Amino acid sequence: MLKIADKIFNSRLFTGTGKFSSSLKMEEAILASGSELVTVALKRVDINDNQDDILTHLKYPHINLLPNTSGVRNAKEAIFAAQMAREALETNWIKLEIHPDPKYLMPDPIETLKATEELAKLGFIVLPYIHADPVLCKRLEDVGTAAVMPLGAPIGSNKGLRTIDFLEIIISQSTVPVIVDAGIGAPSDAAKAMEIGADAVLVNTAIAVSGNPALMAEAFKIAVQAGRMAYEAKLGAVGINAVASSPLTSFLND
Amino acid sequence: MASFNDIFNQYSWEDTSKSIYSKTSADVERALQTSKRTLEDFKALISPAAAPYLEQMAQISQALTLKRFGKVIQMYVPLYLSNECNNICTYCGFSYDNKVRRKTLSPMEIMQEVAAIKEMGFDHVLLVTGEANQTVHTDYFKKVLELIRPHFAHISMEVQPLDLVDYEELRPYGLNTVLVYQETYHEDDYKKHHPKGKKSNFNYRLETPDRLGQAGIHKMGLGVLIGLEDWRTDSFFTALHLNYLEKNYWQSKYSISFPRLRPFSGGLEPKVAMSDRELVQLICAYRLFNEEVELSISTRESNSFRDNVIKLGITSMSAGSKTNPGGYVVAPQSLEQFEISDERSATEIDEMIAAQGYEAVWKDWDNSLV
Repeated sequence: MLKIADKIFNSRLFTGTGKFSSSLKMEEAILASGSELVTVALKRVDINDNQDDILTHLKYPHINLLPNTSGVRNAKEAIFAAQMAREALETNWIKLEIHPDPKYLMPDPIETLKATEELAKLGFIVLPYIHADPVLCKRLEDVGTAAVMPLGAPIGSNKGLRTIDFLEIIISQSTVPVIVDAGIGAPSDAAKAMEIGADAVLVNTAIAVSGNPALMAEAFKIAVQAGRMAYEAKLGAVGINAVASSPLTSFLND
Repeated sequence: MASFNDIFNQYSWEDTSKSIYSKTSADVERALQTSKRTLEDFKALISPAAAPYLEQMAQISQALTLKRFGKVIQMYVPLYLSNECNNICTYCGFSYDNKVRRKTLSPMEIMQEVAAIKEMGFDHVLLVTGEANQTVHTDYFKKVLELIRPHFAHISMEVQPLDLVDYEELRPYGLNTVLVYQETYHEDDYKKHHPKGKKSNFNYRLETPDRLGQAGIHKMGLGVLIGLEDWRTDSFFTALHLNYLEKNYWQSKYSISFPRLRPFSGGLEPKVAMSDRELVQLICAYRLFNEEVELSISTRESNSFRDNVIKLGITSMSAGSKTNPGGYVVAPQSLEQFEISDERSATEIDEMIAAQGYEAVWKDWDNSLV
């Protein structure tokens, strides 16, 4: 089972709430995914409205909200947004997203490190969205991050695990859970991420914009489970074929 | 300081136009097949040669838009603050030589209008004025922003171009987005259409987005008034401008509008007409050229056109709009800038969007984010 901070998760599939054609479709998809951690952009919800359309569709005992700071451009704005989220949504969990670049939504590593340190001190459970940068992951661990969320490919691109070599390094040396976030375009990408040892994946676009979001969500649920089982069962070694004659080492047998 | 002017001066209108009109179907096919498209590809996609490829363009445009923006349409509404104007613009109802009584809303009137548009469901507002620097100036804008900021998640402005210091001053008051349309990039024609007033300064307007970028304004809107000049050539220059701005002001977001000239009292007939088919071509061409740019469509366009372009690349639209100060409750009969075409209410538009399998998004920003 997956544990982040003091919380146990049965599902290793985390989901998002953006890009759906309606709140009802979102709700159906999230239920079908079995996800227990669902990220919500603070800028999309009206925190003064207890009838907010997104939030009212997420009121299930098994669903934990993970507010995100999408829209902020630096550490100062992120800390302010996190405090607002904590007050409004009564959770100290925060998905830290700082992208000063609105075109490709690339995360700012310097501001993210600063904000993580500050927020951890303020008692937040911080899950930062970052590049697949192994050194940054270790630096984030040092300042008290609860997990790391490296990207598989640019956010919303559906391109799959383009950063796989770096994800493997991150997974091999991380002391906190590694959640692959962004770029996962198909269940096979999610399965692959789990096979290489990611602790969880976060999927939004691929579910939200598919022709049948609930069905796609279920496909991701199964893929994540399959990938995790494969990781636990240990994959067989790949592609080292025995060669009948050994021209380079046969002299050793002489 | 370097500005878009330096780039702009390297291009001639005539050569650009010739280059667009000489694009062939081979150029269009190459532009359709590649995944990262250049300005030359954009030229091919807006050229007459691309007309037979419209369906293919629409398919790609839809797929790209879904991937980036999802099945949502962002909603905004204009709030006209003033129709006072010292400019003469041949195509605009607010033109100085249009001898009609003028009005600038007082704080109390603004709040009445705000209450009305909040009631309609809006959380993103676009403030619009003419250009009357004696009464409608930076201090006026500051007061308005202070007044309305608590009531909106996102505030945009479409007013006269301002100096860098003005934008820097207004930003902390909650100014998120500024729209400044060049109207036309044809310099001589621009001068014909803007014979009097501060707006007659082509270069000052051309360099406004540079000042917005330097001031760190989050989002800026570009566009030309379609009907003044050849839309293909004007759109190329818009794309060139966008390209330049994205490289130089990478922390800003961009949106494009494509207003077609609409009738108003005493108005100008379009010199160049653009068909619905051509407008769809342009919308798709922008999306194929730039996957991230926001594309906006106003109530200038007809009901059926708006209903059908939702799925083709558009990401934001207005609804229930009035184009005169006080138009919602205070002074419904005051002088309007242009006649709108789609007169349906915000609720009706919401239902229409839902019927298409999309969701109208009313809030996608927060007034805690400057």
